[in-house]
Amino acid sequence: MPGKLKVKIVAGRHLPVMDRASDLTDAFVEVKFGNTTFKTDVYLKSLNPQWNSEWFKFEVDDEDLQDEPLQITVLDHDTYSANDAIGKVYIDIDPLLYSEAATVISGWFPIYDTIHGIRGEINVVVKVDLFNDLNRFRQSSCGVKFFCTTSIPKCYRAVIIHGFVEELVVNEDPEYQWIDRIRTPRASNEARQRLISLMSGELQRKIGLKVLEMRGNAVVGYLQCFDLEGESGLVVRAIGTACTLDKLSSPAAFLPACNSPSKEMKESPLVHPPSHGCRSTHNSPIHTATGSRLTQNFSVSVPTLIYTGMGSGSAGKEGGPFKALLRQQTQSALEQREFPFFTLTAFPPGFLVHVGGVVSARSVKLLDRIHNPDEPETRDAWWAEIRQEIKSHAKALGCHAVVGYSESTSICEEVCILSASGTAAVLNPRFLQDGTVEGCLEQRLEENLPTRCGFCHIPYDELNMPFPAHLTYCYNCRKQKVPDVLFTTIDLPTDATVIGKGCLIQARLCRLKKKAQAEANATAISNLLPFMEYEVHTQLMNKLKLKGMNALFGLRIQITVGENMLMGLASATGVYLAALPTPGGIQIAGKTPNDGSYEQHISHMQKKINDTIAKNKELYEINPPEISEEIIGSPIPEPRQRSRLLRSQSESSDEVTELDLSHGKKDAFVLEIDDTDAMEDVHSLLTDVPPPSGFYSCNTEIMPGINNWTSEIQMFTSVRVIRLSSLNLTNQALNKNFNDLCENLLKSLYFKLRSMIPCCLCHVNFTVSLPEDELIQVTVTAVAITFDKNQALQTTKTHVEKSLQRASTDNEELLQFPLELCSDSLPSHPLPPAKAVTVEKASPVGDGNFRNRSAPPCANSTVGVVKMTPLSFIPGAKITKYLGIINMFFIRETTSLREEGGVSGFLHAFIAEVFAMVRAHVAALGGNAVVSYIMKQCVFMENPNKNQAQCLINVSGDAVVFVRESDLEVVSTQQPTANCQSSCTEGEVTT
Amino acid sequence: MTSELDIFVGNTTLIDEDMYRLWLDGYLVTNAVALRVRSGILEQMGSTAAVLQSDTMDRYRTFHMLERLLHAPPKLLHQLIFQILPSRQALLIERYYAFDEAFVREVLGKKLSKGTKKDLDDISTITGITLKSCRRQFDNFKRVFKVVEEMRGSLVDNIQQHFLLSDQLARDYAAIVFFANNRFETGKKKLQYLSFGDFAFSAELMIQNWTLGAVDSQMDDMHMDLDKEFLQDLKELKLLVADKDLLDLHKSLVCTALWGKLGVFSEMKANFKNLSRGLVNVATKLTHNKDVRDLFRRAVLPKSVFSVCPLPRWLPTPGPLGPLHGHPPWLPPAPLS
Repeated sequence: MPGKLKVKIVAGRHLPVMDRASDLTDAFVEVKFGNTTFKTDVYLKSLNPQWNSEWFKFEVDDEDLQDEPLQITVLDHDTYSANDAIGKVYIDIDPLLYSEAATVISGWFPIYDTIHGIRGEINVVVKVDLFNDLNRFRQSSCGVKFFCTTSIPKCYRAVIIHGFVEELVVNEDPEYQWIDRIRTPRASNEARQRLISLMSGELQRKIGLKVLEMRGNAVVGYLQCFDLEGESGLVVRAIGTACTLDKLSSPAAFLPACNSPSKEMKESPLVHPPSHGCRSTHNSPIHTATGSRLTQNFSVSVPTLIYTGMGSGSAGKEGGPFKALLRQQTQSALEQREFPFFTLTAFPPGFLVHVGGVVSARSVKLLDRIHNPDEPETRDAWWAEIRQEIKSHAKALGCHAVVGYSESTSICEEVCILSASGTAAVLNPRFLQDGTVEGCLEQRLEENLPTRCGFCHIPYDELNMPFPAHLTYCYNCRKQKVPDVLFTTIDLPTDATVIGKGCLIQARLCRLKKKAQAEANATAISNLLPFMEYEVHTQLMNKLKLKGMNALFGLRIQITVGENMLMGLASATGVYLAALPTPGGIQIAGKTPNDGSYEQHISHMQKKINDTIAKNKELYEINPPEISEEIIGSPIPEPRQRSRLLRSQSESSDEVTELDLSHGKKDAFVLEIDDTDAMEDVHSLLTDVPPPSGFYSCNTEIMPGINNWTSEIQMFTSVRVIRLSSLNLTNQALNKNFNDLCENLLKSLYFKLRSMIPCCLCHVNFTVSLPEDELIQVTVTAVAITFDKNQALQTTKTHVEKSLQRASTDNEELLQFPLELCSDSLPSHPLPPAKAVTVEKASPVGDGNFRNRSAPPCANSTVGVVKMTPLSFIPGAKITKYLGIINMFFIRETTSLREEGGVSGFLHAFIAEVFAMVRAHVAALGGNAVVSYIMKQCVFMENPNKNQAQCLINVSGDAVVFVRESDLEVVSTQQPTANCQSSCTEGEVTT
Repeated sequence: MTSELDIFVGNTTLIDEDMYRLWLDGYLVTNAVALRVRSGILEQMGSTAAVLQSDTMDRYRTFHMLERLLHAPPKLLHQLIFQILPSRQALLIERYYAFDEAFVREVLGKKLSKGTKKDLDDISTITGITLKSCRRQFDNFKRVFKVVEEMRGSLVDNIQQHFLLSDQLARDYAAIVFFANNRFETGKKKLQYLSFGDFAFSAELMIQNWTLGAVDSQMDDMHMDLDKEFLQDLKELKLLVADKDLLDLHKSLVCTALWGKLGVFSEMKANFKNLSRGLVNVATKLTHNKDVRDLFRRAVLPKSVFSVCPLPRWLPTPGPLGPLHGHPPWLPPAPLS
């Protein structure tokens, strides 16, 4: 009996009228945890009941504490008939289970009903008394911290990064159980919400156990997803990176994660098998179809284009015995692990040594019913298969690890595409082992090598390349070989030298597919996949060239399967890395050279393309210093520009058929126009309009080349659904529609956020789904951050130095100060505890403004501002405490769609409600922001004829407490008056 | 290709002031888009009409969702669904409750009933204000009226507390509620030249001096209803005209009080008898509801009285208006014969 959960129901407000006769409500509350239920008294005839209940105490195992959500149901008492439910609140008490996080959950929670949405609020206080449990064989994993953030959290230090943890649990989906036919939609939705809540609790606990086994104490980059497989069940799966974290007592925590690999590390030894940039595999056995082998030889002789290969090449040949040893160490450290994968996208200094390129694998599966929920082996096996493939691809690239790793699925009826991707990399072994680590960090910092190009250097052997590729000596250090283009799924290392600014680059693609059943369908999809992959890759390459850039970061390729089509959407942030060579232009060649007017047309196009490149270079301020060829040295033998995708088309065997994407032996980057398709492609290249002036966009954490962020941020979600007219469904029309959809969506965002100029959309995350035959749904979540234009050109270097300086001048007391503040303010603010202070801090309008502009009648607002951002940081502020993970799943359904403002009104309200519930939970934990926020799922279904719609949303993030840097500085100069100031702040807020 | 669904939800709800105005003014989405196109906003941003259409629809939807909360402004402050900065909350409320001068002149003093609501079409035609906007304004009046109708305490304070309006706007609403409650006739041709401000000023003084609340702050409904007793007492003022001595005394007291404070002092002094008679005539007949409603028309009507010095010109100088504005402290108590 290692834990006691205590719950107190304080009050309610804004309850809905449940009794038409009196226009009032007789409300009471049921508090349920596990199988125990408590009830409050009925508070008669009020819309703002004051229950002020006793403490309800649940004595429970910590296993249950981790799995079960606290369930609070508000009901209307009815003497003669059944009590009517007003709504529910689910509270995840996990944050209370680790010592450093929140100690109490207390605040106003929206009362949520899956049919009516938010109906009033309830004030609840929750506490947990944990008893120490020395049982070694325990099933719980209390104390393991979870972070969604895909970098080492800001106020921690990574002692050891252990590596990949994964788990999945399966169950039957309540929506598809027989009982669903007789129960109400509300009951069914609630059963689903509860089940998923339980499953994610269980999943988290199991992952925690694995972490403890590895002797870690935290999971970073925790990504949990749901697969709604329909008839065949419900899968909740999660991946993450196990770490041992140390809470930083000194503010050195705010050192930006920078990569300064040591000299010896970047000279990678010859041990590595050679390989190359973007490998993509595609594993498409049909799970149940043993007979039909789908091995096709995709020696695609696609005639339209050639593009430069992404590197491959040299390694330092002078690698001494010491380095070899180091290498061995790394490998042995990693080989102990089944999968040397890391879900992180940004790394501690010195961690990342070399980057090979993107590795990805896909597999098409047919879903069948999960017969035994306790044995999720089939799904496990599927993923294991894919991970194996990723691992082997990384090996082929001369890398022993995969970073920026992620997994996703796309499901349509009974077909499911599993995808995994990451960036093959060589890592510094010292972070991966016990013992050696302590000295490592400091050593790295001391060394503080100026080299910023190490990660670009190829990890593979140029002499042993299985295919020719274009390599040059690094433009930065002139010693090592670099590829001419680099694709990665990680964030841009903060110390990388970038010329100019970056920009969002998207490749969009649709392919029609015949409607088919089961195996035939899966076969059709597997046949299409390689072509899609190839084209997406081509588009990315062309667009990158057109922007005059040479590297992609944060690459995310999403393939979505629908009834009659496949959609591919790749997003990445293009940058110009100073270490890589200047990209060549794009040349257009016609197929019929005799035709005069055609020639003219071609040359016109060529001119347009050249103009665009020039314009883009100017727009993104790309003006690399001129370097003469001699200095760089002649290119490596076989300077043919080629690229290839490696692909495995296998069932059970590991048979790999390679797809050579480097059609022919042509030297230049040539676009050949030989048919209308090719013409379309070129046209589509030119239709992408750059964002209006003052706007930038990227899908990484921060925009390369901009670092002067102000504190004004605005996170948003935008959803669009278009209906295709079924008449003109050709690939071209489809492509155009999809392209227009995405472009218009971006334009709308720019327009809507114009008041924030100069501004950058960061972490732009597009998700495509195909809810029905002719519907395409695109969901975008991003954050707009205003930056200071005048200082925007400041170099990264000075920025880093500045923060270093600041870090060293700050001291421990500074960090603790805000916490004192919070506790000081508690007595006078019993309801939203610890929020009074944060109200002001969180105001995006700067402190002075806030006070001046607020009109007297409204100043007594009790709702504190909670910031939300998909980034791992808050500009202009320091995160002082992580309060725990937020992981919420909601279902909303309506049977009066028209009355709720149609589909737009319905979904708009629902998303606003989801935001509200996230904010309320964060505030109740005592936080004032959510970082690394992500909307993982937004499944929307409508049936306008029946006036019905349903939507499922899954969001997650890290609840944090942050303090404005400006406030911290004030404090540091007025340290002795700190207490006085805290009371002042409080006073001002409450007036 | 048609957009089935198109939404934008920010963590902080963005309020575009221009859009809010268009929405409040009752423009349909299409009209609002047309107006915005003309404003040249597209050229500034290099955008398209489709973007504008989508933006407008989206903003309108947001306003529509906020409207429910604006009906009870304290709810807007405490709700959790929309995160809005306090300054923006104040703006939302203030603008929502703002009204058009032309509109308020049409309904001032009318019963805020369904009947009047039916006439809004005509008012919309006359004033050129969209019907939608007229409805919003009318509903605001009615809502405020309903809420404060039965309340104790100062009218302005009650309005401010329940609707979080600025001081000035709360005063205006107090006047509107007061007029609606007492059904003062303000629509007659003779009164057309009077502005809402003129009436609001009179209302304020009447609330301060003529209502039950002015006498005894413990009374119910104090600031809405006129003090019947006081109106009865006004009958005694006949003496001021009938009794020569009292007339002279009254004249000298008024002249002393107004000396140097009135632009038309000499005219007033010359016509004091006529003026006084006119006023007293109005005052002594305030016993029936019908006469009370007619107060303003009758106060302005007697040409002989007000030709020289019409009521509104007096109004901007508060204080020394003598008998009209309360129990004049300097007036000898009415003889109780």
